[in-house]
Amino acid sequence: MSAAATSVLLAVVVAVVKGVLIIFVLMTAFAYLTLAERKVSARIQLRYGPNRVGPFGFLQPLADGVKLFTKEVTAPEGRDRFLYLLAPALAACAAMLAFSVIPINQTICIGGTHGAGPLSASCPGGYPLHWDLAHLNIGLLFILAITSLGVYSIFLGGWASNSKYPLLGALRSSAQLISYEMAVSFALLGPVLLAGSLNLETVVNQQHSLWFVFLQPMGFLLYFTGALAETNRLPFDLPEAEAELVAGYHTEYTGMHFGLFFMAEYINMVTVCSIATVMFLGGWMAPFFFLPTWLGPIWFVGKVVLLLLLMMWVRWTFPRLRYDRLMQFGWKVLLPLGLANLMLTSVFVALH
Amino acid sequence: MLFDYLPVLTFLVMIVLLGIALTVLIPLVGPRKPTKAKGLPYECGIVPAETARRRFSVTFYLTAMLFIVFDVEAIFLYPWAVLLRSTLHVFGLIEMVIFVALIAVALAYVWRKGALEWD
Repeated sequence: MSAAATSVLLAVVVAVVKGVLIIFVLMTAFAYLTLAERKVSARIQLRYGPNRVGPFGFLQPLADGVKLFTKEVTAPEGRDRFLYLLAPALAACAAMLAFSVIPINQTICIGGTHGAGPLSASCPGGYPLHWDLAHLNIGLLFILAITSLGVYSIFLGGWASNSKYPLLGALRSSAQLISYEMAVSFALLGPVLLAGSLNLETVVNQQHSLWFVFLQPMGFLLYFTGALAETNRLPFDLPEAEAELVAGYHTEYTGMHFGLFFMAEYINMVTVCSIATVMFLGGWMAPFFFLPTWLGPIWFVGKVVLLLLLMMWVRWTFPRLRYDRLMQFGWKVLLPLGLANLMLTSVFVALH
Repeated sequence: MLFDYLPVLTFLVMIVLLGIALTVLIPLVGPRKPTKAKGLPYECGIVPAETARRRFSVTFYLTAMLFIVFDVEAIFLYPWAVLLRSTLHVFGLIEMVIFVALIAVALAYVWRKGALEWD
């Protein structure tokens, strides 16, 4: 076999192995996030939460999964059959694909000499083992592009159902998602300016002395607010405000089709928290200098879990916004603040 | 390099297969007893009054149009943000200040025109 064919085969095999790992980890994370969400909600409301299935309710996600799998799937008459099925599949696929460029540890060099310095990811003479599935130099743009596909799934799902509540929910949701996506894009420009790269591993490596959250506190707040809206979390969960819209865009979905939307929502939560960790919280860097650095993935997962818990805490702390206020908040507060933050940061970077 | 995208392509094929399996195959596991009432769109228990393919508020269109303008501008800023620290320096800064000032003027214009109001 020629050298080129060997390297292509190697790349595909490595990608398949990493892909299976990512799917497995994300599915497990989704299952246990649903449990964690219910447990945290229950504790905040002085309840116990699910505790019947297995010790402390740890088998609850399994029971939920079996139930979703074996439910009858009913679908409304007059739906657009292809789009109705496409929407949940697209939601889940886009959510998982976005995770493929997130690095959870620095590149490990197998067999060769590691390039000098903490900023180097080169590996002459050996095989560089990247801890992301695809080591793209435009990683951040890739994530922004793929997560935007989620808007299509929500709108197509709501429209294809041929029902009024899903249509209203889908309209609201798309308008909200695109408005806050802009705020998110502007907020992420800060770390990009400071790092001078769109490759996520390089961005993390640039934070080895100081995490960007300390240089970009405003950017971090803007990003986190936008991320709550992007994932349809309270206080921005207008698309599925159950008191007015039944369940929003997925009202007409049952069984596993609903399960896919649900899965996409939780995987998106994991993704936005991972992006926040990579761009602002130093990725796999240890939180204190005296802690061991070789535990990279542990620190990464720890930071992501803390952010996820923060999202659940926010859910039970703030009331839901009214829709017009929500849109105005995005356009009249977050966008100008994002522009101001961008200008300040770029002056700082250009003159430094 | 395009070679870098080979893992993305591989992963894409994997999750598309997974998506098809979960949407098309898994529902075959459950029972299937369709009735007329189950097939009706949900409207809080009453029989649906009219079609759901109807017109909706024009403000949504307006939001989408504004989004395209501002988001394209945000994407323009990304290549600049990558290069500012290493190559562009003050020259790039001045150019981009002018560009962002234009965005700000555009935002002030739509704000003043009332395009951001919902009523």
